[in-house]
Order: sequence, then C-alpha cells, then structure tokens
Amino acid sequence: MTYGTTEVLRGVDLEVATGEIVALLGPNGAGKTTTVEILEGFRVPSGGEVRVLGEVPHQAGEAWRARVGVVLQSWRDHPRWRVREFLDYLSLYYAPYATDEVERPWPVDELLERVGLAGKEGRRLDRLSGGERRRLDVAVGLVGRPEVLFLDEPTAGFDPRARRDFHDLIRSLADLETTVLLTTHDLDEAERLADRILVLAGGRIVADGTPEELRLQVSGTAEVRYTRDGRRFVHHTDDPTAHLTELLTSPGPRVEDLEVRRGSLEDAYLALVHRVETGGEADWHTLTGTSETQAQEEEPA
Amino acid sequence: MTDRISSNRAVVRAGLRRARVELRQQLLSPLVIGALVGPFIGLAVIWWLRDDPLMESAISVGAFFVPAFVAFGIVNQAVLGVAGEMITERDDGTLLRAKAVPRGMAGHLLGKLVLHTGTTLFPILVLLLGAQLVIEGVTPDTAGDWARLLAVGVLAMSATLPFGAVLGSLFRSPLSILWVMLVVYGITALSGIFYPLTALPTWLQWVAQAFPVFWVGLGVRSALLPADAVTLELTESWRTLETFAALGIWTVLGLVLAPMALRRMARRQSGSAVAAARERFLSRGY
Repeated sequence: MTYGTTEVLRGVDLEVATGEIVALLGPNGAGKTTTVEILEGFRVPSGGEVRVLGEVPHQAGEAWRARVGVVLQSWRDHPRWRVREFLDYLSLYYAPYATDEVERPWPVDELLERVGLAGKEGRRLDRLSGGERRRLDVAVGLVGRPEVLFLDEPTAGFDPRARRDFHDLIRSLADLETTVLLTTHDLDEAERLADRILVLAGGRIVADGTPEELRLQVSGTAEVRYTRDGRRFVHHTDDPTAHLTELLTSPGPRVEDLEVRRGSLEDAYLALVHRVETGGEADWHTLTGTSETQAQEEEPA
Repeated sequence: MTDRISSNRAVVRAGLRRARVELRQQLLSPLVIGALVGPFIGLAVIWWLRDDPLMESAISVGAFFVPAFVAFGIVNQAVLGVAGEMITERDDGTLLRAKAVPRGMAGHLLGKLVLHTGTTLFPILVLLLGAQLVIEGVTPDTAGDWARLLAVGVLAMSATLPFGAVLGSLFRSPLSILWVMLVVYGITALSGIFYPLTALPTWLQWVAQAFPVFWVGLGVRSALLPADAVTLELTESWRTLETFAALGIWTVLGLVLAPMALRRMARRQSGSAVAAARERFLSRGY
C-alpha cells in the first residue's frame, strides 16, 4: 500500500482462522488503520493479495458486505436518532441475507441486552456517554451477525473503567464464532482480548503469536540482581535456575537482596518498536533471542 | 435466500423508514421553527407589498412574489439544503455507515429523496395556505391548476435535487458551501424570480434561460398567477412546452451526473477520511 510515493505497508502477511480474536498491535502511524481499511474494502491496496471470507474486499458484493461488521475509530453520525430506532433501521438491510444456519438480523432487543444498552433504547445518540456510544457501535457492527468483525482502536480515549467494561464486552462475544480483528496501540489491551497478537511496526508485521508465545519468547531472558560482598550485580540469563543454583552453592560471601525478574512483554515490545522506527532491521527473534550470558557490575547503590 | 426482489424490498423499506424517522425529527420538533422562518418572512413581504402594482400590470408585487418564494424555496432546499447536508454527513460518518451496510447507500439515497421532497414541500404548502389568506387570485383554485402545480413542482425538484447532490459531493469543506451559495443565489438573482426577466438586457435574458432556475420560476408562475399576468413574460406566453422540455433536459443531465459524483464520493469514504474531518472540526471548529 502506498500513499503517493510513500510506502506505508509492505510485507503484511497474515492469515486469520475462523473464530479467532486477533489484535493488530502497533504504535501510532504503523499502518494499522490502513491495513484494516483494506480488509474492510474501504481502501484499494496498491499491490499484493487480499482475501476476506474468500473475496477481494474492495471488489466484493453486497452479500459479502452482509457478512462483515465494521466498528470505526470515530463515529459522530446520526446524532438525533434514538438507539432503538437506529438499530431497527439498520437491521432492515440484513433481513434478505438470513440463511438456514444464520438468523439475520440479530433481534434488536437481544442485541441491546447483549451489549449492555438495555434500558437506553430511547436515548438520543448524541446524549450517550463515550462508553455507551462505543457499545452502540459494537451493536451496529453485530446487528447483521457478521462472520468477521473489525474493530479499529475501539477504546481510544477511554478512562480505565470504561476500558475494562469494554474488554468484558468483547470477551463475552467469544461464543459467537465471529472472527474479530481489532487494532490497538495498547499492549495490555491486546494481551487481554486476543488469542493472537500481530505486531505491526514500520509497515511490516514484526511479530506474530499468542500472548503466551510472545511472552515466552521474551521472558526467555531473565534478569537476576543481587548484592554480594557489598557490591550490586545484574545478570541476564536464559536459564535463571541453573544460574541461581551455581550462584548459591558457590563458596564465597553471602548473596543478599536477591531478585529474579522475567523480561516484560511491554519492555520487549517497546524496544522492538523503537528499533524498527529508528531504521534497524529488527524482528522479534533477533531482539529476544539474544542468549549470551553477560554479567555486569554496577556501582553500589 | 438473497434474491434480488427481497433485497430490493429491504432497501425500499429501509429507505422509507429513514425518511419517516428524519421527517419526524425535523417537523415534529423545535427544528420545525427553522423550516417555518422562510415562509413567514415570505408571507410578511407578500402582505406588505400586496397593493403595490407591478410595472403597471394587472397584479401586485405581492402577488408576483408568491410564485417567487415557491420557486426560491424549491431551488434553495433542493440544491443548498441537499448539498449542505451531504457535506455534514460525509464528515460525521453517516455516509460511511451507509457504505458499511449491504446496499446501505441505495437505501440512504432513497430515504434522502423522500425526506427532501417532504422538507421542500412543507414550507411551500405553508406559504401557499398563508398566501390564500393574505392575497387573492394566487393560489390554484381548480383541479387543473393543482395538477399543473404538482407537475411543475415534481419536475422542478427532479431538475434541481441531483445538482444539490453533485455540488455536495464535489466540495470538501463545510466552508465551501458558501461558494455554492454564492453561485446559486447569483443564478437565482439573474433568473427573473423576484422581478420580470423583461427588466434585464437581452443578453442577460439569454444567460438566465440557460439555467434551470428560470424555468422553475416560469413554471410556478404559470400555475399560480392569473392568466393576464402572462403579459410580464418574455414572449407574453407561459411557454409550457419549453418549460417541460428545459426542466426535462436538466433532469436527465442531473440523473447522469449525480450517480457518477455520488459513486466517486462514496469510493473516497473511509475511516481515515472521517477521522481527518473530526480532527479538522476539533482544531478549527467547523
């Protein structure tokens, strides 16, 4: 994908299986929204191959559209409509796309209950709080019972409480057999929600795996800190158990203030993003796979 | 199964639902005052000028202004109302929402067509009913006159509405609607709506007749004014055939251009475009 002569996306290879919740994680300007807009069919890629539900998004027909739900970053539309009448109106479009397996549209009462807007049916859209508005956006995304749901930065601008509520909502959708692709610049959010995390930086996917896999790759290195003989040591190792066994059984002065820390996913993510943005050819493995054991000595605190 | 007929039926149902909801929002709320300001100002002017004779003709300036306000109401709402609303809806994501729904754009446009027919006709009806009380002989009194007014009204809307959509899709910023307004009001000022075209030099008369606004005005006058007012017209004739032909040509032209402009605009809609509009709104305030 290029804008003018600036290439913003290259080498984004991803395959997502049915029912997966995938987070596209990356810093601002990494190309997340561009990627999602290509997948939604709102943007024509300058090259490469894209298939969503077996079709090329920007060429796909209305039947394809009925199987895809979209929740964008910023909606301010239909301010004077009421919650109930808005969902009723949108649901009319999906009636012809019902199949024997999939009931379409989703009955509006059930949907409101599901997203936690029961009791707000008569509220005008411009009188909803930020969190309520987002719930409505998700309800709109779901009203056609999509097989794929796209969420672009769903919690941008939320306070922690609203963010937590929203995460609960998305996780509660796990039983729907809907594939969810969400973008976020918040690692914590990706970890909470996703079965799988893709890290997008500098227009490329630089890491791909379950949160657990990524954590393990990173936390392969641990940091061991201790004081011995009045001096402070920091030691990085792949195998903290072996290192500690050796350390504690070796003769010499007592080991004090012992601390073992797993490398955090966040540290590694930030380092990775930093390296890509400063032009380094980094990927997850070169960053986290450093296995040389190195001890360094610090001045006593 | 998704056959074409059930899909079409869904689009029509959704479009009509949209029109119903938005008509209710505009006419059964305090916003209706906005829609009534125009007709009431018009009525006040008509009442004020009800006895001033117009260029020694059989009718008063007030009477001449009745079809003038009707024609102006049609052009104003169908072109500027539609163009302005399209710019707003593009910026706030309404059009993108329509694009994200299967056949949503078709239903949206159908809804808007019905809505704007209603929002155009409503103030005109108020004006006509009021004018009946203020001044004599300017409202249709036979079924034939009503039929003629209806035919002219429908054709006038179909000749102007598509251009509202074209202009609304061409311009990007809400400020540019001011340029559209300047052009439309300029053409309207030229078109012999508020004074007989015979008052202009001949070459300007030809320019005026090239635009649909003149023909909208002529058609409405032919339906509303008494027969002897025809002496104020260019060839002292209502030129019914030419009116329908001219508005028909503009309708065809509009129906060719509008879908192209709308498709181009719809293609350019994306989340980042809406987000950019939001940014602009937050930083500049419009």
